[in-house]
Amino acid sequence: MTARRVVVVGYGMAGARLADEIRRRDPEGERVALTVVGAEPHAAYNRVLLSAVVAGTMQPGSVRLHDDGWAERNHVDLRLNVAARRIDRRNRTVELDDGTAVAYDSLVLATGSRPWVPPVDGLVGDDGELAEGALAFRNLDDCDRILDAAKVGAPVAVLGGGLLGLEAARGLAGRGNRVTVVHPAPYPMERQLDPGSGRVLARTLEGFGIDFRLGRGGAKYLPGDGLKLDDGSHVEADLLVVSTGVRAETGLAADAGLDVDRGVVVDDALRTSDGRIHALGDCCRHPAAPPGLVQPAWEQAGVLADLLTGADTASRYRGTSVVTRLKAKGMDVAALGDTAVTADTADDDTEVVCLDDPTRGRYAKLVVRDEKVAGAIVLGVPDAAATITQLYDRGVRVPEDRLALLLGRAMPSAAPAAASPADLPGSAIVCRCNSVSKAKIIEAYRGGASTVDEIAQRTRASTGCGSCRDAVCGIAEWLTSTD
Amino acid sequence: MTLTADTPSDSRPGTDERPVPSEANGARTDTHCPYCALQCGMSLTATAEVTPTVEVAPREFPANRGGLCQKGWTSASLLDSPARLTTPLVRIDGELRPVSWDEALDLVAARLTELQAEHGRDAVAVFGGGGLTNEKSYLLGKFARVALGTSQIDYNGRFCMSSAAAAGIRAFGVDRGMPFPMTDLTGADVIVLVGSNPAETMPPFLQHLQGAAAKGGLVVVDPRRTPTAEQADVHLAPAPGTDLALALGVLHATVAEGLLDEAYVAERTAGFDDMWRTVARYWPEHVERITGVSAADQRALARRLAGARNAYVLTARGAEQHATGVDTVSAWIDVALAHGLPGRRGSGYGCLTGQGNGQGGREHGQKADQLPGYRTLADPAAREHVARVWGVEPDSLPAPGRSAYELLDALGEAGGPKALLVFGSNVVVSAPRSQRVADRLGALDLLVAADVVLSETAAMADVVLPVTQWAEEDGTMTSLEGRVLLRRKAIDPPEGVRSDLDVLAGLAERLGQPAGRFPADAEEVFTELRAASAGGPADYAGVTYDRLRAGEALHWPVPEADHPGTPRLFLDGFAHSDGRARFVAVDHTGPAEPPDAEFPLQATTGRVLQHYQSGAQTRAVPELADVVPDAHIEVHPDTAARAGLAAGEVAVVESRRGAVTAPVRCVPSMRPDVVFVPFHFPGGQRANLITNPVLDPTSRMPEFKVCAARLVAARAAEQEAGEAL
Repeated sequence: MTARRVVVVGYGMAGARLADEIRRRDPEGERVALTVVGAEPHAAYNRVLLSAVVAGTMQPGSVRLHDDGWAERNHVDLRLNVAARRIDRRNRTVELDDGTAVAYDSLVLATGSRPWVPPVDGLVGDDGELAEGALAFRNLDDCDRILDAAKVGAPVAVLGGGLLGLEAARGLAGRGNRVTVVHPAPYPMERQLDPGSGRVLARTLEGFGIDFRLGRGGAKYLPGDGLKLDDGSHVEADLLVVSTGVRAETGLAADAGLDVDRGVVVDDALRTSDGRIHALGDCCRHPAAPPGLVQPAWEQAGVLADLLTGADTASRYRGTSVVTRLKAKGMDVAALGDTAVTADTADDDTEVVCLDDPTRGRYAKLVVRDEKVAGAIVLGVPDAAATITQLYDRGVRVPEDRLALLLGRAMPSAAPAAASPADLPGSAIVCRCNSVSKAKIIEAYRGGASTVDEIAQRTRASTGCGSCRDAVCGIAEWLTSTD
Repeated sequence: MTLTADTPSDSRPGTDERPVPSEANGARTDTHCPYCALQCGMSLTATAEVTPTVEVAPREFPANRGGLCQKGWTSASLLDSPARLTTPLVRIDGELRPVSWDEALDLVAARLTELQAEHGRDAVAVFGGGGLTNEKSYLLGKFARVALGTSQIDYNGRFCMSSAAAAGIRAFGVDRGMPFPMTDLTGADVIVLVGSNPAETMPPFLQHLQGAAAKGGLVVVDPRRTPTAEQADVHLAPAPGTDLALALGVLHATVAEGLLDEAYVAERTAGFDDMWRTVARYWPEHVERITGVSAADQRALARRLAGARNAYVLTARGAEQHATGVDTVSAWIDVALAHGLPGRRGSGYGCLTGQGNGQGGREHGQKADQLPGYRTLADPAAREHVARVWGVEPDSLPAPGRSAYELLDALGEAGGPKALLVFGSNVVVSAPRSQRVADRLGALDLLVAADVVLSETAAMADVVLPVTQWAEEDGTMTSLEGRVLLRRKAIDPPEGVRSDLDVLAGLAERLGQPAGRFPADAEEVFTELRAASAGGPADYAGVTYDRLRAGEALHWPVPEADHPGTPRLFLDGFAHSDGRARFVAVDHTGPAEPPDAEFPLQATTGRVLQHYQSGAQTRAVPELADVVPDAHIEVHPDTAARAGLAAGEVAVVESRRGAVTAPVRCVPSMRPDVVFVPFHFPGGQRANLITNPVLDPTSRMPEFKVCAARLVAARAAEQEAGEAL
């Protein structure tokens, strides 16, 4: 049996993960002969970690996904610093910009996305690149530029108050920069949050020294000076970080005549309109995959590896349930499912529970349908966020006490210790190690044991781990005082 | 009580025990508790006239500092319990009937010889236990390999510490549960317990955690809010089967927040880069979705470990009893290495070994792949050394055989063993998927059980051999910190009872072994064990009964008679040839059987304070059985209510392999998707009726700690069964 020739175009998080998943199922390359084409000169890296690099806690070298020997060890024909120029579907080859062509039995597009830049005067130069002093927070080079440009204390503007924009803003504020976030919606992260939680989030971030210009867009970029907004005001900035969303990189697919609709259209087997060509990650569009996140790409990589290696030909991608988590120091934000519905707009089958505590930076909303979590927003209550996320992911029925759930106390500790020995029921176990109840201690006391040591001799209370000694002592004192 | 005040409190050099009174001084014997690996110091005083015949008193000893739990206090009651076996039994016409020792041993030897003649050496299998003394473990392994010539021997320690042992060897080059004296724990600022519940399993041990607790640094990782978690400063409750992912999240936070001990990683470890490439994918928010432990808590734990002057990471069965148990322990060792803990005085990683001789029992050759001194059966030099001590040809030693569950699973099958000898184990209750195990035992041509009571396994046997208990024999145990302890004989056994060593000697002789090759005297066996272990990783050559009698604190290795022992391993280097510890790159895969629509809950199993292991001993102690007579099913009140169950009603937990029936206990701190069942009980209350026997690829540990399950009311289950008929 000859190996199937699989060519992956794109060596970012999706392409690298697919290669890993294929080799996990076919370590020696007996079933799949793998070629990976990457346009950047260096190995794939973990984009999720870029904020740690900007925050200064991680070295850029630590974010690499593969080491130098990876391709050789794993029988991968890795072509770096080479872009795919054209797909020849009839001859099943990909032409590269170094003049070579690679033949495939199956082609995988993992070309990712590119930043979308809003129409702001002066923001894009004649060469189509961002102007001096403006950058998108997308890759390692951007990190280097931020670290070079953003001197401590220097003013920085962030255009876009979505998830990534806020993470960048928080990281820069943590480095000592004066940060202003410019965002056209009335509150940040409006795609994931509702107005109440958006207000609490903005307020909390303001506490970290981040200014917000909400309901405003950029009108003109003035390199070295700042950003003029559409209301005529001016934001001072040595550096402008553009984080206004991404667009799928679909040029190669469109040129090849594949169906493209805001992304390369794929079915549950991650096939494009040409059955020999697959796509995954940011460049593809699957009806149940949220854009711009790494989780769907990873799940798609698992499915595609199953199919391409033949490990499980019935494997299908059915979509990813999204939990949005803001990764920013001192902030805990989780949003999932249906978050738009409110108590006022809810229908009879929908239950909405909401807590709003802006002064302390807390907000929690729970949407329940059929006794299951249908949506939630949780700010500043990390335990609740973790528990609700698991209930949502696992489809577990929601505990009866919804309020406790929102407070992060769905699974409380045991009953609080009784204030006084008198309040303790007789059956209460005082010494767990030796199963000694309060009643047994009273019995020993009535029998003549009045000190802790005498009680211990008679009942063995406190002779195990010793941690109940104070409690035994308290009971003895209480008994003495009531005599 | 005999807490004698007149005992002088002087301490001789190198000892930390109170002096032992001479025989003439009275009948007090200083020894250790018969149950768990803590091996609490206790004194036994024979009181021949009254019942019980022996009185127990706690004794000052570093492990327990004078404390005892209820199991220890009541341990003597089994010595003259009505449940005690005092005569060999042979199944005649379907019933176990008393016979003489000669009749029983002659019968066993004859049947074994016949079966081996007909089906080959491996037709006979041996199953040992982690509660057996070093001498018994050693002699049992020798008996299997020399007298029986079978490769088919393993033991219940496979179900206990095997994952931690394999991970320890992988990381450090050698496995000693705690490579430091447990009293070192007292000085720690932070102690992280992963899947460990010592408040119920070894209560006096909690004293060693008080230092960390006083500094607000006791962290417990457990899906349940156990009594130990109740006492912790931080309780992290990951979903069952996700402890590994949690460790990866903590590792990620450690690196991403710049908290890595870079100097230590550079000087004392290897493999960091490989490990990191996997861990890089497990940022805390991602791990939160897997585990249910908040990203904030993961980062806080990383910071807590980084900020501690002295810290320990300790794992136990909760982390280890998974089909990914070895990897899970490796992940937590990686956390310890990232913070520079192992091999540093006052910090470290340790495994809280469970069974009484869980440590020594895994060192001296009752394991399928192992020879005495923690040697490997596949290693030609090890075979050569041990064969010389045994006076046999190295080639005559069998190859490694089946692991515990695989052995039980093969009984009576084509190509599987036809006879099984069980020493110190109650596999019908303690092995996973217990209905299958019972069926396999039933398919044997011969089942022989040596036990002190008629355990559920003994009750199925063709021949039952009554053996001595701890107070009736000498023997050594190796505690969870690798310290060799002498358990002393306090009283004579009841008439008709023999020691396991005696039984092996008697059988060996009948199987044609030369006289003296299988000594029945414990000290004589130990002398031979010392020679067999000499030069191995667990080297006991310099340990003598006399040194132990004198109260010396000897942690292995002890290569020479004048060697002081090795309380702390790894201070100068790890046991790999380059002296470096290994980071191991491990990935999260999750439970082998995830919950689904049919079985939406996750069942986990564990212990209660009053019972030990399969409960064969403790259920026969009235004081313990009075407190906890039965199993229970622990669930969140909502989970019970939704199954139509009120507290106290009888429920059934069903899995794909079986069902366990017990009353419901509603516990508000339970995760609503989890059900807990203690595993000490027999019959329909056996927790292992539902457990999943899928094995760890390295340790061959079954996945006791998590399987998919559902909860139904017993009446509903009956009704359904009725309709099915």
